[in-house]
Amino acid sequence: MARCAEQFEAELRPDYEFIVNTVPEGARVLDLGCGEGTLLKMLVDRKGVRGTGIEIVEERVYEAVEKGLTIHHGDFYEALSYYPDDCFDYVILSQTLQQAHETVAVITESLRVGRFLVASFPNFAHWKPRLQLLLKGRAPVTGALPYQWYDTPNVHSLSIKDFQVFTREQGIRIVGHFYLAKRGRVRFWPNLRAAYGVFVVEKIGGPARGRAVE
Amino acid sequence: MSDYLISEKTLGATVGEVVLQSVRFESMPLDSGEQLAPVTIAYETYGRLNEERTNAILILHALSGDAHAAGYYPGESRPGWWETMIGPGKGFDTDRYFVVCSNVIGGCKGSSGPISINPATGREYGLDFPVVTVGDMVRAQKLLMDHLGIERLLSVSGGSMGGMQALQWAVAYPEAVASCIPIAATTKHSPMQIAFNEVGRLAIMSDANWNNGDYYGRAAPDSGLAVARMIGHITYLSDESMREKFGRRLRDKTALGYDFTMDFEVESYLRHQGEIFTRRFDANTYLYVTKALDYFDLSGGHGLLEETFRNLPSDMRFLVIAFSSDWLYPPYQSKEIVRALKGSGIDCSYLEMRSSYGHDAFLLENKDLNRMVWHFLETTARKGGLRFG
Repeated sequence: MARCAEQFEAELRPDYEFIVNTVPEGARVLDLGCGEGTLLKMLVDRKGVRGTGIEIVEERVYEAVEKGLTIHHGDFYEALSYYPDDCFDYVILSQTLQQAHETVAVITESLRVGRFLVASFPNFAHWKPRLQLLLKGRAPVTGALPYQWYDTPNVHSLSIKDFQVFTREQGIRIVGHFYLAKRGRVRFWPNLRAAYGVFVVEKIGGPARGRAVE
Repeated sequence: MSDYLISEKTLGATVGEVVLQSVRFESMPLDSGEQLAPVTIAYETYGRLNEERTNAILILHALSGDAHAAGYYPGESRPGWWETMIGPGKGFDTDRYFVVCSNVIGGCKGSSGPISINPATGREYGLDFPVVTVGDMVRAQKLLMDHLGIERLLSVSGGSMGGMQALQWAVAYPEAVASCIPIAATTKHSPMQIAFNEVGRLAIMSDANWNNGDYYGRAAPDSGLAVARMIGHITYLSDESMREKFGRRLRDKTALGYDFTMDFEVESYLRHQGEIFTRRFDANTYLYVTKALDYFDLSGGHGLLEETFRNLPSDMRFLVIAFSSDWLYPPYQSKEIVRALKGSGIDCSYLEMRSSYGHDAFLLENKDLNRMVWHFLETTARKGGLRFG
């Protein structure tokens, strides 16, 4: 887990930056699978958000409470059901989506309690895992997908394109996106060149409240 | 809660020597419609109240607790019941906060209760003492806070019945509470909790010495109280902690006795716990306090907890804590508190601590519990604009 956390911190600063830039001043934010609360703390300090994190690993909850954050220790399928409709502006699934078992339920619930959902995940169609699979014939192990097949917490292998198709099928609108490789932001052929995808989505038919991303 | 012999080594810094103080009020109304007059409240304080009177924390005790939450009485080696949590640098950091703990009314450790003298008769109240509720206990504590000149508490906290009083404080005096830390608590007793209490009460009332509560100056219903305590004690432990502590070890025997004397270590332990309890606790108090617990319903009986919490100020903060192996006040009861708070938009953190010690986990040396409470209070103090030198 330490390996994951370190890599996460080192490589995902740009993902954090994008999320911090996306979330407006003073927003109400729910971070699902908030870990030690690094991102949430950034949001509180820099954007003055009213934030809550949900985390299942006890030791991480302690670290997040030490940061002065409001944390719910537990499973987020259950915790999401505690919240009334529309009580958050943003729900964040940072590197959590690929580990969520009931993906559709989590996304539906997130868009029930929140106006926007920010989801970031490793892109399985990035050229590196593609090549590894093609040339070595083995399950890919890369910076964004650092696990062996037998110890990965990821239960879904999805690509940027998969997510785009998924949103169309689920009646969700993408209102912002950010594609990321080791060297920074990717603008062209993201499904091949980006190691991570970050999306901001909202429910189609939700109240129009302007754009989420400038 | 149980009596624990805690090794002094692990306790760290202490508030040192403490004194039990007491204050008397003329009277107070009770939920039953009766008046309690006079009202004596025994209490202790640790740490220093700042000039602005903004650093006070009220600690609430559990069923068999008292005002002696921390430190040592002169010449005694046994510390207060929450010595693990209260002291310099501990969760309730007495270098920073002014910590108060009082004995509940209905209790037997200095506050008005069935062993107090009834001014109408000049004898102990016994069952003439009016039935009190958790709401009454908290109302009495409010009198004490007013007496100490504390308008607003930085936090209210306690485990078990202490947690229930903390919740009652938040709901009854929302403007007087900045934060609340209920630990291993509930908003209302389940049928199972009531059932255990009723067995305990019946054990006492079936003891011939009980004599309808009129036993002062005579032989007390010690065997009934001891059985009540033994039942209670089992519910504070867990299957795992009992297996670990006793196994099936025999007591002073190498083989089964094939008689009805004590065979197993656990039997001896429970009898000992029951016996020492009778030396420090009053049987009638056990009846009154368990009754108050069973009557408690934070939602006031209408069942809608969200409605109850709706009047709380938006800046009130909660830290709700449960223990994984607590089967008497199981985590689901804490989660009900959390669900209702979140439903009312109140800032609430929830922690379910892994522990094998059952309900009693809140009384035991616990670094993580100290750490969480310390940081939660630090955040609460910072948000309230409190500065420490």
